[in-house]
Amino acid sequence: MRAFLDTPAVPPTQQARLLAAFSRDAHPDRVYLAGGEHLNEEGKPTIPPIVSQIKQQMGTDPTLIPEYPSALGLPEFSRRATELALGRESRAITENRVLGVQTVGGAGAVRLGAELLRRWYDASSSWRGPVLLSSPCDESLAEILEAAGIGELRQYQFWDAERCGLCVEKLLEDLKECPEQSVIVLSASAHYPTGVDLSQEDWKRVSEVMLMRRHFPFFLMPAQGMCKGDIDQDAWPVRHCVSLGMELLCAQSFSHNFGLYGDRVGHLLCVLRENSLLLAVQSQAEKLVRTLWSCPSVGGAHVVATVLGNPAHFVEWQAGIRGAVERCMLVRESLREKLRLLGSTGQWDHLIKQGGLYCSTGLNDQQVEFLAKRRHVYILPNGCLNISAINSRNLDYVAESIHMALTSPF
Amino acid sequence: VAPPSGKTEVPQAAPVAVFKLTADFRDDKDPNKVNLGVGAYRTDEGQPWVLPVVRKVEKIIADDHSLNHEYLPILGLPEFRSSSSKIALGEDSPAILENRVGAVQCLGGTGALKIGAEFLHRWHNGQDNTKTPVYVSAPTWENHNAVFANAGFEDVRPYKYWDAEKRGLDLSGFLSDLESAPEHSIFVLHACAHNPTGTDPSQDEWKQVAEVMKRRNLFVFFDSAYQGFASGCLDKDAWAVRYFVSQGFEIFCAQSFSKNFGLYNERVGNLTIVAKDNENLTRVLSQMEKIVRITWSNPPSQGARLVSITLNDPELFAEWKDNVKTMADRVLLMRAQLKAKLQALGTPGTWEHITEQIGMFSFTGLNPQQVQYMVKQKHIYLMASGRINMCGLTTKNIDYVAESIHEAVTTVQ
Repeated sequence: MRAFLDTPAVPPTQQARLLAAFSRDAHPDRVYLAGGEHLNEEGKPTIPPIVSQIKQQMGTDPTLIPEYPSALGLPEFSRRATELALGRESRAITENRVLGVQTVGGAGAVRLGAELLRRWYDASSSWRGPVLLSSPCDESLAEILEAAGIGELRQYQFWDAERCGLCVEKLLEDLKECPEQSVIVLSASAHYPTGVDLSQEDWKRVSEVMLMRRHFPFFLMPAQGMCKGDIDQDAWPVRHCVSLGMELLCAQSFSHNFGLYGDRVGHLLCVLRENSLLLAVQSQAEKLVRTLWSCPSVGGAHVVATVLGNPAHFVEWQAGIRGAVERCMLVRESLREKLRLLGSTGQWDHLIKQGGLYCSTGLNDQQVEFLAKRRHVYILPNGCLNISAINSRNLDYVAESIHMALTSPF
Repeated sequence: VAPPSGKTEVPQAAPVAVFKLTADFRDDKDPNKVNLGVGAYRTDEGQPWVLPVVRKVEKIIADDHSLNHEYLPILGLPEFRSSSSKIALGEDSPAILENRVGAVQCLGGTGALKIGAEFLHRWHNGQDNTKTPVYVSAPTWENHNAVFANAGFEDVRPYKYWDAEKRGLDLSGFLSDLESAPEHSIFVLHACAHNPTGTDPSQDEWKQVAEVMKRRNLFVFFDSAYQGFASGCLDKDAWAVRYFVSQGFEIFCAQSFSKNFGLYNERVGNLTIVAKDNENLTRVLSQMEKIVRITWSNPPSQGARLVSITLNDPELFAEWKDNVKTMADRVLLMRAQLKAKLQALGTPGTWEHITEQIGMFSFTGLNPQQVQYMVKQKHIYLMASGRINMCGLTTKNIDYVAESIHEAVTTVQ
């Protein structure tokens, strides 16, 4: 009796292949710039000091009770996460038309949001899309949406590889041309993997088209506060849409901005048009959660709720992430400067214009391969890299390597 | 122009019975109220219990400054996965020694069921075959249906299990459903301490079940949420799972550490996979990884670390087994006392099933009207099915509960 005989193997993902190649590489100068964590100067995941402190305290807190939390997670966490995203004074909050669900990381928030949309975006028909994703985007996004039953996925133009920047006009065109009432997945800040974000002016134009075409925004906010070092600025696009009276979903992650990677702290924000819908949508979300993971794990959410709920901790936390962001900005500037000194032609201004964990270099396939094979520097095939993985020890080597990749003849 | 609302017609989902029960209990002001619906362990003081070994290991973790704070691997913490599978299958399991056992760390038992279900929907009985019947016991944990249905299975059916008249296992019904099930049907089996009936097949009965399942090519999916909690002995509670493995079955076993570690809120689960050989296993795990990636990306570390440290340290492991026995013993004591009191009161009917049943739950046999009486008149909260959680009983309330059952049985038809 053979149950699994015909199961094919999954080819390893891009990330997995890269990591495997890096692990096999014995070169002393090897550098891995394609990881998912925000690293500090020592090459370890960045954790704001206040978070370490609270975690330590909670680790031995005798008052924490072992009981199943609600399917929606910790109410206090949800409240703080919602306020963080929308601003405490948000109309949507005071009008009580926001549903917040604690999820298993940002991925869990996307999955739950997709499941909710698939069933309830248009209750009168069996809606399957279209959902539009940026080109490029996190490769797992499409897979998550498909798993949730979204049948129609499309892409909107986003990144102009040649200019190493945003192609706003093409983006707007795509939004105008896709079917009305499409769901558009938008990165509020710190776009992965390009690091390119829309300006406030761009967002105003985008939201105008969204309103005109009656599109539904599904925001991704993977690292609020870690892009520009300012939690309000990083959340501005979401708040702007809310101020226009739009309904939206927002998948938040607290992995990067709290250094809670292993704790899987995420949040799905649902801004509804009317308070009367809240209970029904909440009950449907609960029902879905019970079929996914029953209820989320509480440890990390407790930490976030504690920090965000205490004014002194909150200030310390902001200072902590601002420090991390400043280091990254410094790395970006230093990298640009080094490339200039090495005589690298071409513009590197985009390096300092972008924000967040990742940045695009504009290197092509062959150049990326050169980096890995000849210089043992590993970046994503599309030329994007994790800027936080660069530090004072490897900066020169990385800059040199990029320069060599650009100038070596092919 | 106001933007259209995408969600004008969302109906309210029906509340889950057990949560409603808990809510009603909370709002009840009666000083004698008793909650026999709760699905978690309670001490004799009616309080949740943090296992002493858990406190100890929490401190170890908090004091360990060398801990890795990165994302866990997608399939979870390796030490957790392997030690958890050993708990289910036995350290010296031939399947483990033959390197054909793998595991996926999941979000509690529910998460393990979910990942297993998603895999089966994609790769079992052909590709993307959503029509393969999934059989769950009648009755079963109310979430089983929803997890498999939401994973895409169109045909989730009951198999006969509980005989309400004789208050025991309907073995012939069970076996006949096995015989008539289409080949490759998936059967969700409770490894021990059946929820909600507390009635498990005997070893001999399990053997009969296994014989039919092998002959009919049926897929074995164990749900193991109470290992150690049922009899107080880990190995005893794992007998059924290990028997099936010894008979050469390839199985899934969804393990939960919520109850036996008291880690309800850290969502610690493990999907153990027993394949025919290592090559099959490797391919299966690669598919599992993909499924995890699109569900929660990677699992939470805290609970898994805690369990792993405990299971891998002989002293801590011994302490844990002891803590588990403490919980199981209290349940056994409450069972014995409840039966004794009902017999002493001369309550009509037989009450042997109270001590014959095992684990947290007991199907009392009270009918819906009698249950209503208990809830409304006596402020004793139990499920409409007559299911009670033995952990809700304490030395302080057991007399009141026994007397109330007596009243319900003698005055309400």
